[in-house]
Amino acid sequence: MTASDLWHLVFGRLGLQSLPFWDMIQHPTPSHIINGIIATGAAAVVVIGALVTVFLITKYRKWGVLWSDWLTSVDHKKIGIMYIVLAFVMLARALIEALLIRTQQADGLNGGFLSADHFAQLFSTHGTIMIFFMAMPFLIGLINFVMPQQIGARDVSFPMMNSISLGLTAAGAALVMVSLVLGKFETGGWTAYPPYTEAAFNPGPGVDYWIWAIALSSIGTTMTGINFAVTIYKKRAPGMTLFRMPLFTWTALCTAILMIFAMPPLTAVSLMLALDRYLDFHFFTNGMGGNMMNFANLFWLFGHPEVYILILPAFGVYSEVFSTFSGKRLYGYTSLVYATMAIAVLSFTVWLHHFFTMGQSANINAVFGLLTMIIGIPTGVKIYDWLLTMYQGRVRFTVPLIYALAFSVLFVLGGLSGVLLANPSIDFQVHNSLFLVAHFHNMLIPGLLFGMLAGYHFWFPKAFGFRLDERWGRLSAYLWISGFILAFFPLYALGLMGMTRRTVSYFDPAYTPWMLVAEVGALVLTAALTTLVIQLIVSIRERKANAVPVGDPWDGRSLEWAIAAPSPEWNFPVIPTVTDRDPFAVAKAQHTAYQSPPAYEDITLPTNSAMGMIICVVGGLLGFALVWHMWWLAILSALAVPVAVIAKSFDTRTEKVIPAAEVRQQHQAWLAQARQETPISRQLETSPDNHGLADNTIAEAST
Amino acid sequence: MKRNDAQYHYDLRIYQWGLGLALLLTAIPFALVAFHGAPPSVLLWMIGVLGLIQVIVHFRFFLHIDLSSQKREDLHLILFTVLLLVIMAGGTIWIMHNLAERMMAS
Amino acid sequence: MSAGNVNTEALKHPGINLGEAHGEAHTQAEGVVFGFWVFLMSDFILFGLLFATYATMVDHTAGGPGPKALFDLKSISIETFALLLSSFTFGMASLNLKHGERRKPIILWLLATLMLGLIFLGLELHDFSSMIDKGAGPWRSGFLSAFFGLVPLHGLHVATASLWLIVMLVQMGVFGLTPRVKTRLLRLGLFWHFLDIIWVGIFSIVYLAGLS
Ligand code: HEM
Ligand SMILES: [Cu+2]
Repeated sequence: MTASDLWHLVFGRLGLQSLPFWDMIQHPTPSHIINGIIATGAAAVVVIGALVTVFLITKYRKWGVLWSDWLTSVDHKKIGIMYIVLAFVMLARALIEALLIRTQQADGLNGGFLSADHFAQLFSTHGTIMIFFMAMPFLIGLINFVMPQQIGARDVSFPMMNSISLGLTAAGAALVMVSLVLGKFETGGWTAYPPYTEAAFNPGPGVDYWIWAIALSSIGTTMTGINFAVTIYKKRAPGMTLFRMPLFTWTALCTAILMIFAMPPLTAVSLMLALDRYLDFHFFTNGMGGNMMNFANLFWLFGHPEVYILILPAFGVYSEVFSTFSGKRLYGYTSLVYATMAIAVLSFTVWLHHFFTMGQSANINAVFGLLTMIIGIPTGVKIYDWLLTMYQGRVRFTVPLIYALAFSVLFVLGGLSGVLLANPSIDFQVHNSLFLVAHFHNMLIPGLLFGMLAGYHFWFPKAFGFRLDERWGRLSAYLWISGFILAFFPLYALGLMGMTRRTVSYFDPAYTPWMLVAEVGALVLTAALTTLVIQLIVSIRERKANAVPVGDPWDGRSLEWAIAAPSPEWNFPVIPTVTDRDPFAVAKAQHTAYQSPPAYEDITLPTNSAMGMIICVVGGLLGFALVWHMWWLAILSALAVPVAVIAKSFDTRTEKVIPAAEVRQQHQAWLAQARQETPISRQLETSPDNHGLADNTIAEAST
Repeated sequence: MKRNDAQYHYDLRIYQWGLGLALLLTAIPFALVAFHGAPPSVLLWMIGVLGLIQVIVHFRFFLHIDLSSQKREDLHLILFTVLLLVIMAGGTIWIMHNLAERMMAS
Repeated sequence: MSAGNVNTEALKHPGINLGEAHGEAHTQAEGVVFGFWVFLMSDFILFGLLFATYATMVDHTAGGPGPKALFDLKSISIETFALLLSSFTFGMASLNLKHGERRKPIILWLLATLMLGLIFLGLELHDFSSMIDKGAGPWRSGFLSAFFGLVPLHGLHVATASLWLIVMLVQMGVFGLTPRVKTRLLRLGLFWHFLDIIWVGIFSIVYLAGLS
């Protein structure tokens, strides 16, 4: 056996050519050098970032804490927070990529500085990351953190599976990060349509990175969906009937159902593409009876419900934000619930609008066009409900409400462009143009992203015990809003002028001015993210002044505000009994909040488990090995999964008991503090006087 | 634990019925195919219908899904899944068939 | 589990219910069995899509062999008989789990189920290898890709279920009939019966329709 044989046996097709600067050294032309420097710089950021993190953790001796308090924790709150940290890291990367795309196109008249291949990687990773590793972790994290507290539960139904889901998602994200350093990512967009992505045209590792990142995260998300749905069905506090659930929980339920049923097509389609590439199947190849059109069909069977997976939790956040910051009950609760359900079901009936131009008959297009327009109706109902919630309320312009207001205007515009696109004959004109890119960003940024940011500001105090800095928060919100408008409204015009999406360069000088405006927008958006980072640093520094230990900084209405901030590990010292919608608002009004329960009981909680981390590492290695054809490693890690699961099934120490005395002591200390604090009025909400107790809510005779 | 004989025999009877019906509903289409018992188009229909009935038999006798109100939740879940399956699988077949007719006819 | 968490009105779940006499196992079963049931429905969608893909690709033989040239009714019928019978034997195991505390009959019925499952798998592997010997592997055509995407996926599920069954036999030995073991057996039972339902689809849509 030669040395090279041995190398291939161990490292598969990994080699020097997989390094980001190899091209540049082999062919030192100006273009290769520019692209090489950018690619190497990105790789360096990943490697150095990882090294610095490791160094800092070691220096401050935080490995133990990280392991036992976070990575192996199965507490839904901590898992939620970890998801959101992942989302922010990935947001930073994808936003920088968006800036690069924009800069290339701003400079793209007759050229630009990026090679077509590099540009294609950028929009593919940007899209893939934003959807699967930014948006999904963000909303899953938020639901994880909030939903069990809203329904009066101590955790989700399957805490360890929750940690495994996180592990699978993180493994997928890690694969996308590794692709910056070793080899290249896929170049066929976030949708990865064959036959272009088949082995015949794209034999390299790029498509395989996409496949395994997607497969891992889709399995993780299916498990998350099951977990959330069962939790909401089975773990609600006594008296919390379905129609007493907060709206955020309702949207979480509908999103969970969508995950359960819409993720399988994605898992299927990614694995079918893998079979084509690895085992010479012919699902989607050009010849031998393959049918690439079925890929588009299956992908969008997932893809359209996916956009509602993304938007529904944001709707939930907005519902909470509008009613809390208007100091009113949500207007039209029942209609909002039915609208959410209608959207969830209808979202399975419209997938074809993503490929109106594929060649099916006009009748089929017409059916799906009509169904698409129908979805607009329940969405419209919601917008009216939110506006009427504010009507005659005492509206407070805090950061979450600013996002919500921007959403209510901008989202309607995006929806209108969507109704246009739902008409097949119009879609034929603008399909795959920048008009479409403008449309979906118009839904995703004011819809999903602003919703998540609003939720982040809203519930941050509950997670960490202090409020985020209000001034930086406002600045950031205004930057996100104006940046979005500048970056995407020009794209509507460009699309109508005929500019296609995913274009590395163009020859029509009329595009350039619009492109420059969009570039400014992208810069403003980058500034917006930067201010968010600054806000976090400032807020951590001033955490003492902004602390809200009593736990109700916004005069909240649902159960999560009825407990301390940060929430105790067991959430509720005694599981509450619910008699109405908005239970905490009702309790405050009736002066029954902040009371000692008649008795405390021992609390059983799940113990930490390393399974999530094991599956994360093993799953990541499996994906990596498959990408690089390291068969031995692939087999080993594939075997490790069942071995770990079986071994775990013999472990019987899965629960720990918190003694009633400890629960009592903590709860009483908190109650004592609540009785000491001065309740503050809403005018002082964003001042350091706000310690988390809203005005005259303490029951006079609670002892 | 005290063994509840009546309940035991009832449960046993259910499994026996399930097996009997399943075998019957399998034997008929297999025999029809083996002995070309019907013209192909009729045969396809019969296979489909008998298959569907057998699926219901399995749900009823092996998975114990019935119409009693205590199990409504599960029945709803199954019916919802079936609805989505009809939409997804039916839609796929409809669309792909139409495309094949328009584009791949040789 | 704290008492406050239990929704007392709905202590029922799909599959055979253990009944009040089983106390803790019966209560615990509610959440976990419901969760497993939801997973099965998600899996159902996965299979449904592969069925649909198969239906759109039966004619894509690319000049290669079609169903009539490849499928062998005799071995399919033995496989089918084995699987149907195994659902019944698993049912007998569940029945004994519900109505008795003795491990032995449960173990015997589970062993019978395992044997039937392994017979099924052996025959199926034999089918596949004889197809491949005829040059009819998945690489031959779109039709065969769709076939090998769907049918072995079911086989893989049966193999997983068999492995799970072996693990459960060991756990019954190690732990006895603890509540955890009981609820796991309930879930395995659901899985087993569910795979039978998928098989009804496979023999109807793939084999019988292909041969008629
Ligand atoms: C925050 C600022 C953002 C900017 C400046 C931005 C910019 C861009 C640009 C320039 C493209 C390429 C358009 C083309 O193909 O010509 C793109 C594509 C895309 N973006 Fe964004 N985007 C942003 C946020 C988001 C968010 C929040 C999401 C989703 C949650 C998202 C999802 C996508 C997707 C799916 C694509 C399509 C990728 C493909 O063509 O395969 N983007 N974006
Ligand atoms: Cu859509």
